[in-house]
Amino acid sequence: MLSFLHIAVPPAPALFAQLLVGLINGSFYALLSLGLAIIFGLLNIINFTHGAQYMMGAFCAWFLLNWFGIGYWPSLIVVPIVVGAIGIAIERLLLRRLAGLDHLYGLLLTFGLALVIEGLFRQRFGSSGLPYTIPAELQGGRNLGFMFLPIYRGWVIVFSLAVCLATWFVIERTRLGANLRAATENAPLVQAFGIDVPRMVTLTYGAGVGLAALAGVLAAPIYQVSPLMGSNIIIVVFAVVVIGGLGSILGAIVSGFGLGLIEGMTKVFYPEASSTVIFVIMALVLLVKPAGLFGRAS
Amino acid sequence: MTSGAAKRRSTLIWTVALIVLALAAPYFLYPVFLMRALCLALFACAFNLLLGYVGLLSFGHAAFMGGAAYITAHAVKVWGFPPEIGILAGVAAAAVLGAGFGWLAIRRQGIYFAMITLALAQMVAFFALEAPFTGGEDGIQAVPRGHLFGLIDLDHPLAMYYFVLAMFLIGFAIIQRTVNSPFGQVIKAIRENEPRAISLGYRAERYKLLAFVLSAALAGLAGATKALVLQLASLSDVDWTTSGEVVLMTLVGGVGTPLGPVVGAFIIVTMENYLAQAGSWVTIIEGAIFVVCVLTFRRGIVGVIAPYLTGREQAPAGEPSAKIS
Repeated sequence: MLSFLHIAVPPAPALFAQLLVGLINGSFYALLSLGLAIIFGLLNIINFTHGAQYMMGAFCAWFLLNWFGIGYWPSLIVVPIVVGAIGIAIERLLLRRLAGLDHLYGLLLTFGLALVIEGLFRQRFGSSGLPYTIPAELQGGRNLGFMFLPIYRGWVIVFSLAVCLATWFVIERTRLGANLRAATENAPLVQAFGIDVPRMVTLTYGAGVGLAALAGVLAAPIYQVSPLMGSNIIIVVFAVVVIGGLGSILGAIVSGFGLGLIEGMTKVFYPEASSTVIFVIMALVLLVKPAGLFGRAS
Repeated sequence: MTSGAAKRRSTLIWTVALIVLALAAPYFLYPVFLMRALCLALFACAFNLLLGYVGLLSFGHAAFMGGAAYITAHAVKVWGFPPEIGILAGVAAAAVLGAGFGWLAIRRQGIYFAMITLALAQMVAFFALEAPFTGGEDGIQAVPRGHLFGLIDLDHPLAMYYFVLAMFLIGFAIIQRTVNSPFGQVIKAIRENEPRAISLGYRAERYKLLAFVLSAALAGLAGATKALVLQLASLSDVDWTTSGEVVLMTLVGGVGTPLGPVVGAFIIVTMENYLAQAGSWVTIIEGAIFVVCVLTFRRGIVGVIAPYLTGREQAPAGEPSAKIS
């Protein structure tokens, strides 16, 4: 790590450009780990299909645009609903049958589903990416004096931050969220109070999947829409989740954005390590605080 | 009640029958197919040692198999090591890697353990992509098989086959010996009830770590042998899909059964062979088998039929285990 001392400080625009890339990646890490954390809280499974559902979100936006002429803005609402509905079907038909079994079976089932979904998309669309144009309103960029900011990238950061905070607000500050947190602590007791916990579980899974799909729509104009985009990101998100701990909503948001930034910084100072830096941090966190930075020891 | 002697006798009969079958197999089937299947079977057995007997689901075992494959391929091709020393180098590398990963990963359990091993293995995959000696996308090709102990030419298909079979049997014997030793009893106790095992004075962490290192080393043996068989170490060996595949083989065959992973490996390798031209369909079908197995067939093939074959013992009653075992 000391080797960066020998490298001259890079020019400011390059530094800020990488910081921006880091924040963009961080937005996706935060949205995805937020969805994972919500699902884990209530269902106690790690949703391995999350990457595939993110990819489905991007493809769904692409289908809407190229097959039905429905543009970016409606997609932001339609896609999470469509993909979330598919998630609800998955929960109802498959995940529900695993109740009472070791939680690892949930991981294995969703892993199998991810293979099926990714395989089907790869069979149909190959491994190369499909382009998705940035909506007209968000094209171009602005010179901020110290750097050039493409408007769409700024939008992604602001919008995903807003979605993250809204999700945090719903869970921590509303009646619905209170029920959700109570069911996470003690589901049978909450059910005894007359709250339909199975329905809540289904909707929660749908909401988590919807968040992944929303991240997919946001990502479509930045990265190419490709069948492999999900599996590329999901393993990094798993590391983010281990670092942050799954216990806290705010923790998922903070560690998502923070690790994205750190990854961006590494690209500036020590590019060779940029693809592994998050895994190294994960190893360090495990040494110091095995439960994760925001996690509760179990 | 089955008497122990009867059970031992039927186990012996099955063992002899299977070994005879394995010795005769290359005269009827394509040796490279058999050797690849044997390597993956050993890989799955090593994985099963961890999942079936310690209850730890590692989602990063490709790192040990693939890592050893790279080390062996490099040692044999660039340093000119003889095959037996090359394999030892690969196994040692996998054991060291396993010690490091295990040391980190056993701090967490269950789902976290799976995610941590997956992430650490991904680090190895990135390393294999970028390191100078691994050949990037091409991998290490044209690895020479060499002469075993300077005497036996492994380029001869039958010689290579019996060498691979010997490696498999050694690995399999080590696993069986481990599982049926006092050490094996302790790791099973930890699987069933870790706090209880700790309260009885067993240092669970050490047992888990030792089992992890052993499993990694044997996965390394499988990878090192495979590198000589296919004369190739490539990125697909360290890819996360390979980690998933070994989970699938074990699940299909039967988690926690001695022969389950072997059966599972042969089934999956056969399927891959037939569907080699079908592109992504292999992935799709593997995923579907995963889903079906988890939903309806958690005991696996051997888990279901073995009770009827060895001794007239009753099948484990009722519920397929809620715990993974």
